Amino acid sequence: MSTVEPLARQNPLRAMADFYLTTIRTQLQTQFQYRAATYMYLIGMVAEPVIYLVVWTTIAEQNGGSVQGISTGQFAAYYIVWTLVRNMNIVFTPYGWEWRIRDGELSAALLRPLHPIHYDIAQFAGGKVIWVALYLPIAAGLTLVFDPVFTATALEVVVFLIAIWGAYLIRTMLLWLLGMVTFWTTRGSAIFETYIMAELLLSGRLVPLELMPGWAQTLSDYLPFQWAFYFPIQTLVGDLSAGELVGGLGMQALWTAVGAFLVWVCFRASVKKYTAVGN
Amino acid sequence: MRAARVAWMFFRLGALNELQYRANFFVAAFQSMLSVGVAIVVLKLIYSHTAELNGWSEAELLCVMGIQILLGGVIHAAIQPNMERLVEEVRDGKLDHALTKPEDSQVLVSVRDVRIWRAVEVISGAAVLGVGVARLDTEIGLGDAASFGGLLLVGAVLLYCFWLILATGVFWIVHMWFLADLFEGVYQTGRFPIGIYPSWLRYSLTYLIPIGFAITVPAEAVTSRLGWTTPVGMLAFAVALFAFTRWFWFFGLRRYSGASA
Repeated sequence: MSTVEPLARQNPLRAMADFYLTTIRTQLQTQFQYRAATYMYLIGMVAEPVIYLVVWTTIAEQNGGSVQGISTGQFAAYYIVWTLVRNMNIVFTPYGWEWRIRDGELSAALLRPLHPIHYDIAQFAGGKVIWVALYLPIAAGLTLVFDPVFTATALEVVVFLIAIWGAYLIRTMLLWLLGMVTFWTTRGSAIFETYIMAELLLSGRLVPLELMPGWAQTLSDYLPFQWAFYFPIQTLVGDLSAGELVGGLGMQALWTAVGAFLVWVCFRASVKKYTAVGN
Repeated sequence: MRAARVAWMFFRLGALNELQYRANFFVAAFQSMLSVGVAIVVLKLIYSHTAELNGWSEAELLCVMGIQILLGGVIHAAIQPNMERLVEEVRDGKLDHALTKPEDSQVLVSVRDVRIWRAVEVISGAAVLGVGVARLDTEIGLGDAASFGGLLLVGAVLLYCFWLILATGVFWIVHMWFLADLFEGVYQTGRFPIGIYPSWLRYSLTYLIPIGFAITVPAEAVTSRLGWTTPVGMLAFAVALFAFTRWFWFFGLRRYSGASA
């Protein structure tokens, strides 16, 4: 009698792909059930860029149509693409780790053969498809109301479609790192909020980076934040050369790799501090 | 009066409970400092590119932001914790515990929880407002100050009504995980006087979501832009909305079937 070797040992790559596809498919079906809830959430999310857009449009109009060379139509384009990028880079919140630990969720995750981050990546990736699909009518509405100016080439569109997934991965890594603070202290929120503020100012989330003071722009060059906000938006809205587009994707890959390495190291250290609570 | 006594009792109890965790004060104070910091950075950014925003000077906008942070403190300390608990209890079928008590159910679900440390935001908001007022060119008369106080109170009532209407939605849409995000997102619109928004948004911010009223109108009182029609209108609207909220609460409650029993 011969025992069949598990797929994971026969062909690890295929097993992994299988895992991702199945999780994504399940998540698609799960998320699709909560359409009303997702819409409500999206409305809360869209409020933020609409505020920025209205404020900067008002300033641009007062200044004769533009602020530092950015016209009202370009502001509109920036913040509309912003919403799409934001949709993509919302990932598991660091606040959620408290619940994971307190309710013993993590105990179950640790028993599985895969690193728990794979579950998050696959689950949220599945959710994104539904979110973006539900979001598109909102984007159409915003486009009608705010009159954006778009001039994207085919290459830019292709790079954009890759870059939003790069943004997703970078932010997954960063927020995972942040979430792991919960293993060490129960008052992580002060650290989370500091991170969120730094990201808000240095990522292009608040305003296009060129409107920030020079030192802030220099600082953001050394940080990963802009690769999860500003760069993906600029691929579609800005006027980047082919070299800059590919270079940007390279930076995204670099920061994802750095993040993944740190997650791997920190998770090993953090899990030693873990004492299961709950079931 | 009975309602006020119940509210006061719960408030004391909740405050005593929270006072045990003193370190949380520093966390809350730190977070509040951060959000004030962000507000100031935004302000500086805006006014580095323009001298006034739709007729509002830097000092005047600082007043608006102060009021927004202050009312945000009231919401986070006293309103939101109750509403989140309500939503959670409906989903878990635990609302029975509140409903079986011999007290008005709307009062009960609205006063049970308080996060006293979040009230730090009220202080930091007031400080921002104070700095803004000090920098105004105009003097504030006693009348302006009095109407400001009154309008702020009415504003808090409006925001409470809005939250309760949202939370009552849980009787239909049980899965309401998005509620805090939705409110927080929309509440940020209050950082700026509603006059800057395009008209379709301005009207919905005023009537559908009464944030415009709650924040901009008191700010108009402080910056002496207010006649007598707006405050009277606001008061009438608050009375109407409160009546509607109460009706809507009992209307939704009829759908509650409980799940724990």
